[in-house]
Amino acid sequence: MGFKMSRERIVDLAVLLMLPAAVLWASATGETFTITLATRIAILAIAATGLNLALGNGGLVSFGHAAFFGAGGYVCGILASHAFTSEPLMTVPFLIEGTKSMPVIWLVAIVVSALLAALIGLFALRTAGVYFIMLTLAFAQMIYYFAISFPGYGGEDGLPTYVRNGFPGLNTLVPLPFFIVCFVVLALVIWLVDRFTHSRFGLALAAARQNGERLEAVGIAPFRIRYVAFILSGAITGLAGALYTDLNRFVSPSMLSWQTSGELIVFIILGGTARLFGPLLGAALFVVLENTLGGWTEHWQFFVGLILLGVVLFARGGAIAFLSGKASHHG
Amino acid sequence: MTWTLIAEQALNGLQFGVMLFLMAAGLTLIFGVMGLINLAHGSLYMVGAFACAAVAAATGSWWLGVAASLVFAAAAGAVVELAVIRRLYKRDHLDQVLATFALILVFSEGTRWLFGSFPLYLSVPQGLSGAVTLPGGIQYPLFRLFIIGVGLALAAGLMIFIARTRVGARIRAGQSDREMISALGVNIDRLYTLVFALGAALAGLAGALVASLQSVQVGMGEPVLILAFVVIIIGGLGSIPGAFVGALIVGLSDTLGRSMLPALFAQFMEPSSATAVGSSLSSMLIYIVMACVLVVRPTGLFGAKH
Repeated sequence: MGFKMSRERIVDLAVLLMLPAAVLWASATGETFTITLATRIAILAIAATGLNLALGNGGLVSFGHAAFFGAGGYVCGILASHAFTSEPLMTVPFLIEGTKSMPVIWLVAIVVSALLAALIGLFALRTAGVYFIMLTLAFAQMIYYFAISFPGYGGEDGLPTYVRNGFPGLNTLVPLPFFIVCFVVLALVIWLVDRFTHSRFGLALAAARQNGERLEAVGIAPFRIRYVAFILSGAITGLAGALYTDLNRFVSPSMLSWQTSGELIVFIILGGTARLFGPLLGAALFVVLENTLGGWTEHWQFFVGLILLGVVLFARGGAIAFLSGKASHHG
Repeated sequence: MTWTLIAEQALNGLQFGVMLFLMAAGLTLIFGVMGLINLAHGSLYMVGAFACAAVAAATGSWWLGVAASLVFAAAAGAVVELAVIRRLYKRDHLDQVLATFALILVFSEGTRWLFGSFPLYLSVPQGLSGAVTLPGGIQYPLFRLFIIGVGLALAAGLMIFIARTRVGARIRAGQSDREMISALGVNIDRLYTLVFALGAALAGLAGALVASLQSVQVGMGEPVLILAFVVIIIGGLGSIPGAFVGALIVGLSDTLGRSMLPALFAQFMEPSSATAVGSSLSSMLIYIVMACVLVVRPTGLFGAKH
């Protein structure tokens, strides 16, 4: 596979460098909006890369990853708002205070969304196929309605965080340093997922997707492999959620909505399922498309729908496959 | 809380349940026969509601509006099946989810284009307005009773249609072995279009009936779609009786939970936190019920065992 591999690698590298190149151009010409757009792409790409681990590599079509994205978002919003008002989160049995430190928030977001994924996965992974799709959707809806009806943190109106949280040694209020933070996290996540999929565990996950029974026959329980992948996938998407709240300085139940879950899947399909850089390219294509069409007509969603329909029906394998001249991984 | 209030809420739950059944019946049939997961089913519900509101406003007749909702939803269903859905039967669930997600965007934004962002309102038809007194002295809106009656009649009719008629036999045959029935000379393409249009008409009718109870607006279909998914997960995919039982469970537990849980918590908590906990918990109740059903029976109450 040497030759084809190298062409895909070149495409991958180009996709990765596309964001810094755009940002470099934007800061040279003073287009701060483009930097914000690139930051948005980077964060959404992290979320979709997390989902791709479950969906692409594990074959687990989760239609509920908005739950983890929103959980990370709310962790960020809640901790930041408590830091803002200087009221502790809880005092019994031990004191938990709010924080404005990004690394701490990230850690909490990862842990909380991993725990949530562990809980949802426990039920959802008992099932497969359509049941799995609908169950993940239903659990995400449950959390969405909880966020809407629970009055503590803004309810339906959402929760503002006023000032972006801080990262040691950087002024995150300026768009460029915040982009760099998000891009480095994205690069680290992509590297981590690459290492993971090429490890023994990743190979077992791919085997579980292709034929669970055969995997069981060689003595590996598919459930545990899928469970760990699902938790890791949820944790990555949760981390992206925390960054997304920081980007908007606002978190609302819409981060938890089923449309968010759908869009994350769209990024993956646009870029190419189970491609390492597929989610990044897909997120970039979607955000650029959304902004371009949004400039022309307020009914841009109509055309996004038509384009998406065309891609699903006629252009299989996604953009990475198209660019690297190679059919999809799974035929 | 008096028992008349509980009885009234139970009737509301029943009304909500039969409406959910009309949605869920189409979804479960489409999945059972074609193996397709159709996210755009909520859009057909929306089409029915808009068709009913627009035609009723133009002609002044609610009944013509309902007829229009059936025609428009069935036609939209048939067109979508012929143009898009047909290409998806052999694809995996991921492609089906994505293509029907795209259809939602097209339907929702297309409807907004035609009707604008402002909601439409439709009043209850003259002959069905007002309240009736039920045994036990309960005052209950006649229109909601009418919905319950229509829903129950359609549920019975649908079960007889599937179990007793020739077309119903073909649908059941399509569920169990689609290659065999096309080998036996049944036009499977036409059967699929028919089933899809039938499901669409039921969804459109649900939308039309609800149009007099709530505002008609873009995006009204998706919350109901997700509840219908919960219904068919509880009932078991592909089973019409399962969809009926699941719809009643979801309709009743959601309605009764919303009205009773806050009051229940107020017995031993202070009022403000009782409302917060009660309303949060009641909004999650049906999902908790669903999770419990799946723990006991992973393929739903009426689903086939693996």
